[in-house]
Amino acid sequence: MLRSSFTALRYRPEAVPRRVASRPRGGLLSGSGTPEARPQAPASSVAGSVASRVVMEADQIARACARIAHQILEANRGAHGLVLMGIPTRGVPLAHRLAQVMDELEGVRVPVGALDVTMYRDDLRRQPTRAVGHTDLPVDVEGSTVVLVDDVLYSGRTVRAALDALGDLGRPRAVRLAVLVDRGHRELPILADHVGSYVPTRTGEHVSVRLAELDGLDQVSIEPAGDPDLGEG
Amino acid sequence: MRHLLSAADLDRTEIGEILDLAEEMSLVQGRPVKKLPALRGRTVVNLFFEDSTRTRSSFEIAGKWLSADVINISAKGSSVSKGESLRDTVLTVAAMGVDALVIRHHASGAPWQASRWIDAHVLNAGDGTHEHPTQALLDAFTIRRHFRRSVPDLSGFEGKTVAIVGDITHSRVARSNVLLLKTLGAQVILVAPPTLLPAGIDTWPVLVCNDFDQVLPHADIVMMLRVQRERMAGGYFPTPREYTIGYGLTRPRLELMMPGAAICHPGPMNRGLEISADAADAANSLILDQVAAGVSVRMSVLYELLGGAE
Repeated sequence: MLRSSFTALRYRPEAVPRRVASRPRGGLLSGSGTPEARPQAPASSVAGSVASRVVMEADQIARACARIAHQILEANRGAHGLVLMGIPTRGVPLAHRLAQVMDELEGVRVPVGALDVTMYRDDLRRQPTRAVGHTDLPVDVEGSTVVLVDDVLYSGRTVRAALDALGDLGRPRAVRLAVLVDRGHRELPILADHVGSYVPTRTGEHVSVRLAELDGLDQVSIEPAGDPDLGEG
Repeated sequence: MRHLLSAADLDRTEIGEILDLAEEMSLVQGRPVKKLPALRGRTVVNLFFEDSTRTRSSFEIAGKWLSADVINISAKGSSVSKGESLRDTVLTVAAMGVDALVIRHHASGAPWQASRWIDAHVLNAGDGTHEHPTQALLDAFTIRRHFRRSVPDLSGFEGKTVAIVGDITHSRVARSNVLLLKTLGAQVILVAPPTLLPAGIDTWPVLVCNDFDQVLPHADIVMMLRVQRERMAGGYFPTPREYTIGYGLTRPRLELMMPGAAICHPGPMNRGLEISADAADAANSLILDQVAAGVSVRMSVLYELLGGAE
């Protein structure tokens, strides 16, 4: 696991900011070592970018979802007891896509829900009152294997909040984490089980995930300076 | 939103946000752990100068389910009974560093007055014969659920008729409901004997009728008000029995209601006076739904006021 993490980080060392690449933080990153999991070659280097650049196109997102769905089923030895819980906003359509792939693969309908974490966030006091999203529990989480699904894994604080929120809904047998993009810069000891793509970023940048269900197209891009509220954590 | 003093302070968007959030909050009632951490470390004081069961306890439950610390202070058993003024009581409580003050007072305007004295958020939990905004919000929540729109927006109120029946003069519930339902686009008809209609009623955005039986077949919601005997010095109607005959929701009147219409009552009920047991316990009675909605709506309001940065 450690080895593969380092491989992922050093895949294109010139694309990784020096202070990130030189920090011995491999233990915080993990996931599959398959080629798709590695950073996609960016059009320009991170250091020199000023404009938005695309790091995943629709076909790459589709392949990443398919692979994550495969991995979840493989790790769980089938779909038994699985529940996919998307974290609003963009984790929810992603969870539905994973369930769709699983249906095509194994012909099983894996329950999909939504887990809003707003009221469990640790930064509620730092900004005006945040709008609360929808929580939807398709089945009792007691004893099931819950896979949390989110678009971007960043500081890890959203996942921390999600674990607390889940704990108040019941006691799952196990909790796993699947994300489309891991952009690094963790602030908590959180690590994803299934990662679509590792995207090296700088802290000031914003990773923008667009999904057809909500935004009309599938695309992941890096914006030089963006709204820090959007789909990160 | 800094304070919640009047239903008139809320525009359509804010009402929609509060009701939508209340729907999310209502899920907490069915969870194994009935607690959300959103207001951890916040202190809410219920300052009640008048008796209350459901408003005080639902504010208390709402605050506790959001992890706030809730303290109840009632006039009985506090320094108020030793003659302390409203201002001194409010300043004393505020000086302890509370984040929100939920005030019920027999004088109209007391919460507004308190909001000028202190920095904490002030919520009006009923002031005299003036307003009771959280009651109007929970009524709107209950009515919206009753209309069971596939899309839970506010369009369900357009074109609907709500009859508010009884002691309008003394009713803060009626005033807040008139204001809120007006904002939501519903038609309100007030039904009462002339003696229980306040002066200046012609300036309200409502229809007024003295004949309950004439209104009943046209109302989608029949909201019965409590006859507030403690505020009446007598002379508003000849006898309770006569009031019931003219304005009580009796068993024969249930037959006059249109199909799908529902019954509301803010409580506490005078069974046999303004509402019969048959009506209170009818299948289309929303009275217990209103009580359950009280907790969800007050959680929503507390979160809207206290959930973010100061």
